[in-house]
Amino acid sequence: MATILAVDDSNSMRQMVSFTLKQAGYEVMEAADGVEALELAKNNVFGLVISDVNMPRMDGITLIKQLRSMASYKFTPLLMLTTEAGPEKKREGKEAGATGWIVKPFNPDQLLATIKRVLA
Amino acid sequence: MGIDITQFHQIFFEESFEGLEAMESALLDLSRGSGNSELIHEIFRAAHSIKGGSGTFGFSAVSEFTHVMETLLDEMREGQREINESALNLLLESVDVVRGMLEAARDGGVLEADRVAATQSRLEAMLNGDDIVVQASSSMAGQQDIHKGWQIDFKPYPELMKTGNDPVLMFHELAEMGELKVVVDTSGIPSAAHFDPEECYLSWKLSLMGDVTEEQINEIFEWVDGDCDLTINPIAVEDSDQIAAAQVETGSHESCAVAQAERQPATDRQADEAAPNQGERRAVAESSIRVNITKIDELINMVGELVITQSMLGQVGSELENVDSSKLEKLRNGLVQLERNTRELQESVMRIRMFPISYSFNRFPRMVHDLSSQLGKKVELKISGEATELDKTVMEKISDPLVHLVRNALDHGIETPDARVAKGKPETGVVHLNAYHKGGNIIIEVSDDGGGLPADRILAKARQRALIADDEPLTREKTLDLIFEPGFTTAEELSDVSGRGVGMDVVRRNIRDLGGSIEVTSEQDKGSKFTVRLPLTLAILDGQLLSVGSETFIMPLISIVESLQLDCDLINTVAGQAEMYRLRDDYVPVVRLCKLFGIKPKSMSLQDGLLVVVEQDGMRIGLLVDELLGQQQVVIKSLETNFRRVEGLSGATILGDGTVALILDVGGLIAMSGRDPASGPPHKKEQAA
Amino acid sequence: MSAVKAEQQEIDNAATLIGMSNNDDQYLTFILDNEEYGIDILRVQEIKGWDKVTRIPNTPEFVQGVINLRGSIVPIIDLRQRFNIEKLEYGPTTVVIVLRVQDEDSDCIMGVVVDAVSDVYNIAKEQLREIPPSFSSSIMESVRCIATVNEKMVILLDVDHLLNADELTALGSIDT
Repeated sequence: MATILAVDDSNSMRQMVSFTLKQAGYEVMEAADGVEALELAKNNVFGLVISDVNMPRMDGITLIKQLRSMASYKFTPLLMLTTEAGPEKKREGKEAGATGWIVKPFNPDQLLATIKRVLA
Repeated sequence: MGIDITQFHQIFFEESFEGLEAMESALLDLSRGSGNSELIHEIFRAAHSIKGGSGTFGFSAVSEFTHVMETLLDEMREGQREINESALNLLLESVDVVRGMLEAARDGGVLEADRVAATQSRLEAMLNGDDIVVQASSSMAGQQDIHKGWQIDFKPYPELMKTGNDPVLMFHELAEMGELKVVVDTSGIPSAAHFDPEECYLSWKLSLMGDVTEEQINEIFEWVDGDCDLTINPIAVEDSDQIAAAQVETGSHESCAVAQAERQPATDRQADEAAPNQGERRAVAESSIRVNITKIDELINMVGELVITQSMLGQVGSELENVDSSKLEKLRNGLVQLERNTRELQESVMRIRMFPISYSFNRFPRMVHDLSSQLGKKVELKISGEATELDKTVMEKISDPLVHLVRNALDHGIETPDARVAKGKPETGVVHLNAYHKGGNIIIEVSDDGGGLPADRILAKARQRALIADDEPLTREKTLDLIFEPGFTTAEELSDVSGRGVGMDVVRRNIRDLGGSIEVTSEQDKGSKFTVRLPLTLAILDGQLLSVGSETFIMPLISIVESLQLDCDLINTVAGQAEMYRLRDDYVPVVRLCKLFGIKPKSMSLQDGLLVVVEQDGMRIGLLVDELLGQQQVVIKSLETNFRRVEGLSGATILGDGTVALILDVGGLIAMSGRDPASGPPHKKEQAA
Repeated sequence: MSAVKAEQQEIDNAATLIGMSNNDDQYLTFILDNEEYGIDILRVQEIKGWDKVTRIPNTPEFVQGVINLRGSIVPIIDLRQRFNIEKLEYGPTTVVIVLRVQDEDSDCIMGVVVDAVSDVYNIAKEQLREIPPSFSSSIMESVRCIATVNEKMVILLDVDHLLNADELTALGSIDT
């Protein structure tokens, strides 16, 4: 099964996402902000990246842009975790290169169902 | 699947309370005008986090409330709203409300629904009746039409793959909703020469039969909106048969293979890139993890046991004789090494429990801010030495006493602005919290530049309450010390703020329970200073072993002033009962431990014994003991766990040979000797016994 | 007990151990001055020999002192002295029963010195007889009831009441 990178500055959210995915059999690594995530991305192969948008040091949109500029992450599904479902945020995300988004609040089952759309 | 989400609640609560503290601190900074623009972003992020988390974990009331706060903060950070005092105060109140809501949620307590509702409407009012943006729920209340099925024409644009979306997986999702038939159109694939593996040349015609709404289908294609041409048409009953005629199933044809192949080169490239970048730069930022405090306590207990075991081995090692000397040498070296390692381990472990006192000092800016406005006084709070570290448990237990001291300083110490000006003092009073290390202790000072403690009123009150005799002369120090007597207060009215003044004796008792002491100095109209002295840790003690008769006791080194052999010429007997020793300029009462504890000493005569002069709370006594044995670090074990508190003892410890030794408590010994003057010299008839 | 009776008792014990009914309680019994006393076996943590004890000053005489029990400080009570019976010399056969005592708010561990440990019995609730109220003294408050086991009288003690810390403190101040 693929390895997923979960990025969120909130400990509890990260833990829940991580736990849920691990239960489903995925390998998961965690990062607390965009900078950490980028480091991990350089040194690992991730099949999917799930990232919050509002984070210190480097926010989610910037992270996605950075990832897309790396050859190894050109086609990797990158999902945004966002509380804002407004069209501008979605557009911003897409322009940055995001694959899709998951709106918070969500429950674990929703998360698993959603990632099936981009991860085999 | 039913994953239990409640296991994450605790961490969510901890994290949210931290976030609230950060918000409060930043809001206070802004209100003082000492903030920078980054602060408002921090506050926004904290609120945003709590909103998101509370929503996810099912605390919808909190989520709704914080959402309004967040909207307000968003306007502020975008520069659309002025960051003024009333807004900041309202936000500070809101932080309190959220705190209350989270506490109620965590502890199952009662929620002050009125306060929540009232504050929420004030927040909304401040937003000037702007429409509050409610999160769009992921399911729209849209068309409910259900047809027999749908015809979907899906043509992705060439760059669709770069979004990370995979049509095949999307089709799988569709297939879960009903019966799906997929027909691929490969006509768009160019010749090999022009074939770009990163582009998508395929399009599909799908039919989805079943109880499905258009919304549901749109939702699946939501992410690729704008990266494709998508048409969805309902299939009437008759059409469905036609579709059934032209069948190709998903999953088995070349289009999929091609689609997979397009991704293949990408993944290979990923693998290549990963290899060279092995273990390069480490994260620069300091990372930390949360650890349950029970685990730490267990760890500390285990290290304590290790210290005892190591000391036992050390003892045995030093007693070995008839052993091959080279082996003995090796053993001894090993034991020395072990001692060093154990000591280092112990120090490291103890440091885990050390926290900067700022954790405790943190609550005071807010408290002073609120209290001073409540009292109509102008007070500036100065904090220094907040990085000074102390044991977590000590810090928790000292918090309430400190709160009491600060409240007193504000309530009784600092005068009203008018009174201060009349005295020629600046309008704003200063309360200063200071902490530093000194000689194995931590010293915390709470001082103010207020009116000082009214010595004459204290004296009068004490006389009135018959705490002291009418004509008893007291030094200024002793007078001020009276405020620590139970039931003492000179406050003219019982103020709402500090309560009945029952606090001071409780404060001192709490501090004493921690093995510390408190003193006060004060000057009329200039101010007062309370000095609290606390041991750095609760569990380990540097002790002096001493013996009385056949019993071994431990005296904390901190309490020892000096130890000396007695010069009998310097002993004076007072009223035939108490013995006093002249130590340079001072007289020290001699206390025979053998008497206090009913032990038969090695010798009754003073010359043979040693005098250990000890001190607590400014009072000194000289303990007469038989011998001074070594000094060592001991692990403090409680007597009270299985037995009870014994006056004169602060606990017990286990020595290297496995036996129990009792640890002396100077305060208790002083009290005991004060009551029983027979701790003095033996009477003639006893000497014969 | 005769050999046959002893065997009978063993069988009874084993049988009840396997299929213990709710009406039975198990008691550990010990000898003190030729009398047999019983305590709830669930309260017994361990049985050990006598070890050197560290005296605690200003405590009642029956409090011998404290010992180091695998790192915990545990007080040792001499039951003979507690019951105002003359204390015996301690020797290699002296036995200490380590008990779990429950206070209103806490649990603690204490050891009691007895003459010898006797046996373990299952005693049904119906076999218990209350102490006649004509007996009264603070010590008697610790006696729950009396039972007859194999024609012998066994005095059942309430461990919590016997060694309650508050009582110890109160007694402590009376004696000194």
